Amino acid sequence: MRRLAVALVAATIALPAAAEAPIQLKKGEGLDKVEGNCAACHTLAYIPMNSPYLDAKGWDAEVNKMIKAYGAPIDEADAKAIKEYLSKNYGI
Amino acid sequence: MLTRRHLLGTAGASAALAASGLSLPKFSEAEAAGVPLTPGIPAGVQSIAAMEALPGKKPLIRLADRPPNYEAPLEYLRTPITPNDEFFVRYHLADIPEVDVKTYRIKVGGDGANGQAELTLDDLKTMPAFEVVAVNQCSGNRRGLSKPHVPGVEWGYGAMGCARWKGARLKDVLDKVGLRKETIEIEFGGADGPVVDKTPDFVKSIPIWKALDESTLVAYEMNGQPLPHFNGFPARVIVPGWTGTYWMKHVNAISALTRPLTSFWMNPAYRIPRGKFPVVARFTSQEYAPNTPITEMVVNSLITSHRDGAKIKTGKVTVSGLAWDGGYGIRMVEVSTDGGKSWSTAKLGEDLGRFAFRPWSFELSARRGRNTIMVNATNKIGQTQVADLIFNGAGYHNNVMQNITLNAA
Repeated sequence: MRRLAVALVAATIALPAAAEAPIQLKKGEGLDKVEGNCAACHTLAYIPMNSPYLDAKGWDAEVNKMIKAYGAPIDEADAKAIKEYLSKNYGI
Repeated sequence: MLTRRHLLGTAGASAALAASGLSLPKFSEAEAAGVPLTPGIPAGVQSIAAMEALPGKKPLIRLADRPPNYEAPLEYLRTPITPNDEFFVRYHLADIPEVDVKTYRIKVGGDGANGQAELTLDDLKTMPAFEVVAVNQCSGNRRGLSKPHVPGVEWGYGAMGCARWKGARLKDVLDKVGLRKETIEIEFGGADGPVVDKTPDFVKSIPIWKALDESTLVAYEMNGQPLPHFNGFPARVIVPGWTGTYWMKHVNAISALTRPLTSFWMNPAYRIPRGKFPVVARFTSQEYAPNTPITEMVVNSLITSHRDGAKIKTGKVTVSGLAWDGGYGIRMVEVSTDGGKSWSTAKLGEDLGRFAFRPWSFELSARRGRNTIMVNATNKIGQTQVADLIFNGAGYHNNVMQNITLNAA
């Protein structure tokens, strides 16, 4: 029951997110990590918006900023996968 | 980890929207096709931008909906006062509660204050009221036009607006608690906050001299109406002449500080390299060797009557727009139709004060074919726009003169 209650709460708070514009990012390895981490705090629109002009170093810096400056709880393996995905799909 | 405040805030917001009969509009691909984006912004913006109306707003250019970042299309910037429902929206963090006026309080205090106070909205409204017409422009307006591009919200021309703000003077609010002579900065906090508890909350400070300026307000009215939710209801700080980063929305904390505020949002965020920009207003308690906080806006202008590449008829065509600066006032707007070799003075329109948009217009004698229009504003201390971008990593202070082409047939 307790778990169900948690699920209901989760469904309730997901409502505003459901009204958000769906942003379909390019399919590719690491997309699940991007969706699972980045979308917790902000729309994924920021990724295509900032493309295509960042190189691998530029995307690395963005992901590092999210972790170090904004405190995003992304583990090292996910961070690596996210950087690779962004650089490959939205980089130059 | 999501914060409890975030959960409550978001649920509260959706409930409030539902109760008001408003719902968030849905995105459609068709809408995206008609978005009037500014030429020169990153190509990727096209794939995510859409015209979308937030509750209480006309359609704005949606760059992001969480947190909400929506800019005004050029058509909304044709008057010196921007209507509330056409005013741009900018947030850093996505936990944005609907503030309940009944429980709303502004906590006034800090280590530089002699005492503490809590003000309700009614308290604020019973204080002497003042008005100022002032431009509110995001520090990063035109960031999308930076060459090379720099990361952030890729704004075109529309992250700005101008309104008649009404409220209490910040110095009168500070008088409620009294300031110690050691106070050097005044800090602001707002009701909105981060999604993740480790994200630095958005707090800002301004130097005491700017806080005590008679034009600096805690405003509860915008163009004669309560502030729209997305522009800071029920009250926000108005820092005329300075970029929007200091204009704290949903302000609920005002603190006198005897030491410089240390916050991600003061440093390293919102910094400009020292010595590159001709700004007069300094924020000395926050200055460091390489950089300094962004302060006043640089002198700038925008053609709003026509888009680059617009089709016109030969003969007399009125080209018009807006000019503004950091509060010295606009002295002159000049127009060149020969790429900057010779200049003519544009006619200045209604003067709503030194912090306001100043309308200007120019009668172009359009020849068949390409007609170029270049604009340069000069303020009352002799500052002008630049021909070449003063590049900086955050994309601030872009006041490059426009040079648009109108095609006459």
